[in-house]
Amino acid sequence: MYRYDQYDQAIVDARVAEFKEQVGRRLRNEITEDEFKPLRLMNGLYLQLHAYMLRVAVPYGTLSGVQMRMLAHIARKYDRDYGHFTTRQNIQYNWIKLEQFSDLLDDLSKVEMHAFQTSGNCIRNISSDQFAGAAADELADPRPYAELLRQWSTLHPEFSFLPRKFKIAVIASETDRAAIQLHDIGLQLRKDESGALGFRVYVGGGMGRTPIIGQVVREFIPVGQFMSYSEAILRVYNRYGRRDNIYKARIKILVNELGIVEFTRQVEAEWALLEPLGLDAPKAEYDRIIAQFAEPTYDLAAPDTLDLSDPDFAAWVSQNVHAHKQPGYAIATISLKPKAGIPGDASSAQMDVIADLAKKYAQDEIRVTHSQNLVLAHVRKADLYAVWQALDAADLATPNLDLVTDIIVCPGMDYCTLANARSIPIAQKIAAKFENDIEQQRDLGELKIKVSGCINGCGHHHAGHIGILGVDKKGEEAYQLLLGGSGAEDASLAKILGPGFDAEGIVGAVDKLIAFYRSARTNPSERFLDTYRRLGAAPFKEAVYG
Amino acid sequence: MPRILTGNRLETGDVLYWNGSDWSLSIRDAVAIGDEGEELVARLTAEERINDPVLIEAEPSSQGWRPRTTRERVRAFGPSVRADLGRPDISVESI
Ligand code: HEM
Ligand code: SF4
Repeated sequence: MYRYDQYDQAIVDARVAEFKEQVGRRLRNEITEDEFKPLRLMNGLYLQLHAYMLRVAVPYGTLSGVQMRMLAHIARKYDRDYGHFTTRQNIQYNWIKLEQFSDLLDDLSKVEMHAFQTSGNCIRNISSDQFAGAAADELADPRPYAELLRQWSTLHPEFSFLPRKFKIAVIASETDRAAIQLHDIGLQLRKDESGALGFRVYVGGGMGRTPIIGQVVREFIPVGQFMSYSEAILRVYNRYGRRDNIYKARIKILVNELGIVEFTRQVEAEWALLEPLGLDAPKAEYDRIIAQFAEPTYDLAAPDTLDLSDPDFAAWVSQNVHAHKQPGYAIATISLKPKAGIPGDASSAQMDVIADLAKKYAQDEIRVTHSQNLVLAHVRKADLYAVWQALDAADLATPNLDLVTDIIVCPGMDYCTLANARSIPIAQKIAAKFENDIEQQRDLGELKIKVSGCINGCGHHHAGHIGILGVDKKGEEAYQLLLGGSGAEDASLAKILGPGFDAEGIVGAVDKLIAFYRSARTNPSERFLDTYRRLGAAPFKEAVYG
Repeated sequence: MPRILTGNRLETGDVLYWNGSDWSLSIRDAVAIGDEGEELVARLTAEERINDPVLIEAEPSSQGWRPRTTRERVRAFGPSVRADLGRPDISVESI
């Protein structure tokens, strides 16, 4: 894992000191709320329905055990004993007090963490594949490149006041576990004919009010030049992205208005000017950072077999455990979608359990996934049973990864000031119909339900096989139903199926969709999304509204 | 519909209700605000100690004030999905 050098730490310390000063001025009434608000937002502090909400960055979703323990400590000391892991691989706390905020920032900075650039019109936390460094199908670990981008984008003066927020994701395999085509920039590591590493560059994806799938601006940019190329993209966006209308300010709108050909031409022209200036990190810097993501020292004698005689363990392994590139090892996903739970929430005690397990069994590393789960990426198969038992004891071993109860949900109107409707209770009601029957869930196979409480789409409803969007209908909570989205390598945008529902109605409608799918699939391995793509919307619509 | 006054305490972010002379953590203590409301909000805004002071519509009921919008009912009680964290003097069912 990357460890801060003196510069990284100095930047965080200086920024924390500066913001503590501003908090003090606000508390002493030396500045007004209107003056303070942009400052606190730039430091990840929102005012939500019940209190201040803090978003802490988890760069490319990778945490050490020590960092996870600190996140638990913060939940316990400054919040109400829990945190919420988000689709952007960050963590949010819901009950923060401004008067304690300076102490909190000090605690965070002790473990090389902070909250800046988690809000505001800047380059946000870089996201990546939660299986990075462990996946059997990756070309190389994508995180060194994400780390280079993190360093480049941290307090980048030219890009601290963009037209709108900017989100970048980096992956290194054909399977897309980070929804790169739904980011402002999506980078996919690949090789050219000569075997050299570089990136395919997608630009202009995003969800929210105007969901758009990213388009390729370049099939291959050598890794040695991807930073100056990213800079060129940001420059074109910063210069021409719309600032007159907040809803048209994301890069996706610029790309659409210019057209991909003209946009690409401008980026290439900008890059031709930039590239010779030597903005790209020197090779020594690449090497320094890549070395920090060196493979763990594997136990080469680790047996590559598993005793699956315990059926509950076997069910968890078949659903939540993935192949590791190293024989004898496995990748274990910890579901944060327990029965009757709140998707993405973890208590301080659970965070501590996970930190302990990471230290004891998983190279002291934890990952956050964009579907609001956690991952232990390097577990010896021989230790998997012990890990599972400890997770099970902490209600962290629900074997439901990618199944109907593994629902992505934004905080919705239970927490968020922008919400039109509650989203968590909808997810809970849908899950309740299936959560006592894991066989039925497995029979239904991969089924991604995603729920957002408003058009901003933080719950990725446009990328859901089934998407649910909370809307306001004359002051009442109502829900729209969307079908056919995917955030994976086969990215597609879900479309509205028909008229909306109330809370009861939407749960019933999902039931009908699932029943129809079951009767219509050609065989059990045809996923819900495949059936939808094969048949189109009409029969699903008939099943729900008919 | 009657109006009551709410806001968030600067130091803590706590949701507050105006009881006629001071702030309370409970909507039960809220008092109906008449024509003086706008002036009160303007004064509080200028004092800069309460964030987002605002008059909201609420109806008296046997359970106390019931805000018109779900959003304000959630603010008054707490997250509907965490009854354990809610204000003890209001029921989650009232959302
Ligand atoms: C609770 C406070 C939150 C606020 C105020 C907020 C605000 C917003 C806004 C305004 C947008 C729309 C941006 C645009 O279309 O230009 C947005 C998008 C998004 N947010 Fe949030 N959000 C919140 C929580 C979350 C949470 C909890 C998550 C993760 C679970 C999240 C992840 C995202 C994602 C993935 C998008 C859409 C991707 C995109 O930017 O195109 N946000 N958010
Ligand atoms: S989708 Fe809307 S309701 Fe949900 S967290 Fe985002 S802004 Fe809030």
